[in-house]
Amino acid sequence: MAEGLLRIENLKVYYYTRDGVARAVDNVGFSMRKGETVGVVGESGSGKSTLGLAILKLVPPPGRIVDGKMFFQTIDLTDLDEKEMQKIRGKEISMIFQDPTTSLSPLMKIGDHLIETIIAHERVTRREAEEKALSLLEDVGILPERFNDYPHQFSGGMRQRVGIALALALNPDLVIADEPTSSLDVIVQCQILDLMMKLKKLYDMGMILVTHDIGLVPEISDKIALMYAGQIVEFADINSFFEEPLHPYAEALLDSVPNIQLSDQKLRYITGNPPDLVNPPSGCRFNPRCPHAVKECREKEPPIIHPEPGRVVKCFRYEERSDED
Amino acid sequence: MARLSFPRLTASRLRRLSPKRGVEYLFAFTGLVMIAVFLFMALFAPAIAPYDPNKTRVGELYESPSLRFVMGTDRLGRDIVSRVIHGTRTVLLVTFSSMALSSLCGVFLGLISGYAGGRFDTVLSLFMDSLYAFPGLILAIALAVMLGQGIMPVTTSLTVVYIPIYFRMIRGEVLSLKENLFIEAARAIGAKDRTIMFKYVFPNVIPSIPIVLSLNAADAVLTLAALSFLGLGLPADIPDWGFDLRMGYGDLTAKIWWPGTFPGLMIVLLTLGFSLFGEGLSETLSPRLARR
Amino acid sequence: MMLVLLSIVFLVMRVTGDPVSAILGGHAPLEQIERIKERLGLNRPLYVQYFDYLSGLFRLDLGRSMIWGQRPVLEEILEHFPATLELSIFTFAFSVLLGVFTGIFSARRHNKPPDQLIRLFGIVTYAVFIPWLGLILQLVFGVYLGWLPISGRADPRMAPQMVTGLYVLDSILTGNVPSLIDSIEHLILPTITLGIYLSGIYTRLTRTHMVEVLQKDFIRAARARGLPERMVIYKHALKNAFIPILTMMGLQFALLLVGAVLTETTFSWPGMGYFLYERISYRDFTTIQGTIVFLAVLIVLVSLVVDMIYVYIDPRIRY
Repeated sequence: MAEGLLRIENLKVYYYTRDGVARAVDNVGFSMRKGETVGVVGESGSGKSTLGLAILKLVPPPGRIVDGKMFFQTIDLTDLDEKEMQKIRGKEISMIFQDPTTSLSPLMKIGDHLIETIIAHERVTRREAEEKALSLLEDVGILPERFNDYPHQFSGGMRQRVGIALALALNPDLVIADEPTSSLDVIVQCQILDLMMKLKKLYDMGMILVTHDIGLVPEISDKIALMYAGQIVEFADINSFFEEPLHPYAEALLDSVPNIQLSDQKLRYITGNPPDLVNPPSGCRFNPRCPHAVKECREKEPPIIHPEPGRVVKCFRYEERSDED
Repeated sequence: MARLSFPRLTASRLRRLSPKRGVEYLFAFTGLVMIAVFLFMALFAPAIAPYDPNKTRVGELYESPSLRFVMGTDRLGRDIVSRVIHGTRTVLLVTFSSMALSSLCGVFLGLISGYAGGRFDTVLSLFMDSLYAFPGLILAIALAVMLGQGIMPVTTSLTVVYIPIYFRMIRGEVLSLKENLFIEAARAIGAKDRTIMFKYVFPNVIPSIPIVLSLNAADAVLTLAALSFLGLGLPADIPDWGFDLRMGYGDLTAKIWWPGTFPGLMIVLLTLGFSLFGEGLSETLSPRLARR
Repeated sequence: MMLVLLSIVFLVMRVTGDPVSAILGGHAPLEQIERIKERLGLNRPLYVQYFDYLSGLFRLDLGRSMIWGQRPVLEEILEHFPATLELSIFTFAFSVLLGVFTGIFSARRHNKPPDQLIRLFGIVTYAVFIPWLGLILQLVFGVYLGWLPISGRADPRMAPQMVTGLYVLDSILTGNVPSLIDSIEHLILPTITLGIYLSGIYTRLTRTHMVEVLQKDFIRAARARGLPERMVIYKHALKNAFIPILTMMGLQFALLLVGAVLTETTFSWPGMGYFLYERISYRDFTTIQGTIVFLAVLIVLVSLVVDMIYVYIDPRIRY
C-alpha cells in the first residue's frame, strides 16, 4: 500500500434511467502503483468510461456511485465531499477527454484555460501562471504565439494537445485518459500517443488509459483491465495477456484482429449481441456468446480467480488453478 | 446481488406508462379547467350573477365584502361580483373573436404568401414584419385611438395586432414544407396549386396553431385590459374589468381595496388560465414537434 | 424597415378614421371640423400629407401639440424622457438580475421540485397584469404598511436639482442625501412591479440555456480540472449561455416600453408612458402620433445597438 497509487474495491455505479437501472459498473476492483499505466479496454457500454468518471466522482445524473471504495494513495475518495474533491481534481488526479472540441470552452482563449486551472489550485501570481502555461504549451508542442488564440482556431490534434497540457498542468500523480485519440485521425493518433508516452515518462505519472481500441494498449500500458458488461473479466500485465489471454472474451477479441499475414481468412467475430446493462444475462454475463459456456455459467456468477500473482480472471474455467494460489 | 432503492424503481415504471406526464401536463390541465370556469361564467352570467351589474345603490356605496355583497360594492353602489361575472362575457367575446379572426387571416395570408413567393410575398412579409416589430400594446393604442370606443373597434384593433404572428409562423412552415418532396410529387401528378395548398400543406401546419392561439389569447386578455385601463376600450355602461380596476385606484388611500382588486384578479386568473394551457400544451407536445 | 414602420403609423393615424372628429367627440358642427382640418393641413390630399410627415420627421419635427398652446411635440416628449429612462434602467437591472439568478437556481436543480415551482412562477409573472400587481403592492406597502410612497417620483419638497434629469443620479451628484433616499423610495414599487413582469422571460430563457450548457462536455472538463463550482457556473456555463439572453435583452426593450406605459400610469410616474396616457385622454392627436413615432424609432435603434454588441461578444463570429 505504501507505493500504491490507486486501489478500487467493489465499485458499483448505476444509472437510474426511465427504462430501468443500468448497472454500468458492477463490482469492479483493481489496484495500481505509482508510475504504472493501466489500459482499461472494452466495447461501448462496457462501463469503462463510467469507471474513469467515477474515480473523479464526476458521474453525471441519473448515475450514482452506489457502493464500493476508492483509495487514492492514502485518501479514501468515496468519503470526500465536493469541496475536497475539487482540490484533488486537476491537481492530484486529472482527466483527458475524448473530444477536445467540446471539452474546451469556446469563449475562452486556450492560454486562459491553462492559467485558470493553475490559479485555481496554486497560490501564484498571474504572471507566474502565465509562464508556467507557456512552458506547458511548449511541452505539448504548441507554439507560444498561439497562447491567445481560441479553441476554434486550432485543428483537432492541436486541441487535444491543449487538453493534455491542461491535464498535466499541475503535475498530477494520476491521469485518466478517456479515449484520448478516438476523435482524431490515424496519423494524429500516433503523434498524440507518442506525446503522451514521452510526458508520462518525463513526469512519472500513473495513467489509466480508457479505450475501445485494443491495439493502442500494448504501446503504452503496463497492465490491462478488460471490461465486459460492467465487470472486469480479466486483469493482467500486458505481456502475459497478449501471450496467453485467459478469459474467453479476451481470446475471442484477440482472435478477431485481422492478420494480414494469414491468407484466405474470413473475418472472425464474436457471435451474439452486446449485453443489456439493465437486464444482463444471468450468471456469467458473457455466457450467451462464449464458446466454452457450460450450465454453471448460466446459473451462477463466476468467481474472481487469481491464477498467478498479479493476475485476475473471472471465469469458471480457471477454478482449479486458484487452489494453487 | 445489488440493492436497488425501491422508490426509484417504481417512479421509473410509472414514467414508462405515460411518457410525458410531468408537471407540464398538470399545467395544461389546470389551465383548461380555469378557462372552462370562465367560459361557464360568461355563458350563464345572468343566471349566476346575484344582481344586475349596472344597478346603482346610492345608499350602499363602498360596502365592504360581506355575505350580501361577496366582493363588496363600488363607488356607485354596484355589486362587484355581478360586475365581475358579467365582465367575463365581454372579455371572452372580444378575445375569442379577435383570436379567431386574426388566426384565420394570418394563417390564410401566410399560406398564400409562403406558397406563392415572389414579390407579393416579399412585400407582404416586409409589411408583416414591421407590424410584428411594433410593440403590441402601442399598436393597439394607435388603432384604438382612431377607431374609437366600442366592442367592434376594440376587437378590430386586437385582431390586427395578432395577425402578423400567425402569418409569420405559417409562412415559415409553408416555406420549409415547400422544399419537401411530396409537394413535388403532388405537382407531378397534376394537382392544382390551390389543392396542394389546402390538402397537403395546410394539414401539416395545423398542429402548431392551438398553442399559439392559447398564448395569444393570454396576451390579448392583457392587451384588452390595458386598453380599458387606459380608457380606450369599451363604453362605460358595459362592465369591464380593466376600467373597473382603473376606477378602483382612486379609492386606495381610503383603504377601500375591493373595487379594484377583484376585477384585476379576474384579469390575472383568466390570463393565467390561457398561459398555463398554452405552455403546458407546448411542453407536453414538444418531443413530437421537435421530431418534425 | 424603419420606413415601413413609420408609414404604418401614418396609415393608422390618418386612414383609419377622422382624427378631428375623434378629438371633438364627433358631435361638433361641420364648419368647425373643417376649420381645424384646414389649420392642421388635414384636408390636403393624402400623398401630400405623407410627404410632409416624412420630411418633418427627417428634420426631427414631430409636429405640434393640438392642445397645450401648440408646443412642439418633440420638446414635450423629451421633457418626460428622463423619468422613463430612470425607471427603465432600474427596472432593466432588476429584472435581469432577478431573472438570471432564478434561472440559474432553477437550472441547477433541473426537474426537481424547486425547478418546477420556478417554472410555474415564470408563467405566472408573465400573466400578472401590471396595474393589478401595482395596485396590490401599493395597498400592502403604501397604504397598509405605510413604508413606501405610492405615486410620483419624489416628494415635491425634496426634488433634487436638475442636472441630468435622473433623480437618483442628480441627488448623488449634488450630494443631497435626503433627496436620494426619497427618490429611491419612490422608485422601489414601480421597479418591482415592472421588474417582476419582465423577469419571467429571463428566468425561462436562462433556465433553458443553462440546462443545455451544463450538459456540455466542457463543463464536465472544467469540473475535472477542479475548478470551484461557482466559477464553473458563472464563468463557464453562464458566459456560454449568455448570448441568447443578450439577444432577448434587446428584444425586451419593446416590452419594457409597453410595460412602462402601464407602470407609469399606475404609479403616476411622470414619464413618456404617463404622458401618452394623458394625451390619449385628451385625444391630442398629433402628440399621440408623435409619441408613437418616437417610441418606434427608439425601438429600432436599440435593436441595432444590440446587434452590434452581439458581434463583439461572440468571438466565433468575429474571427
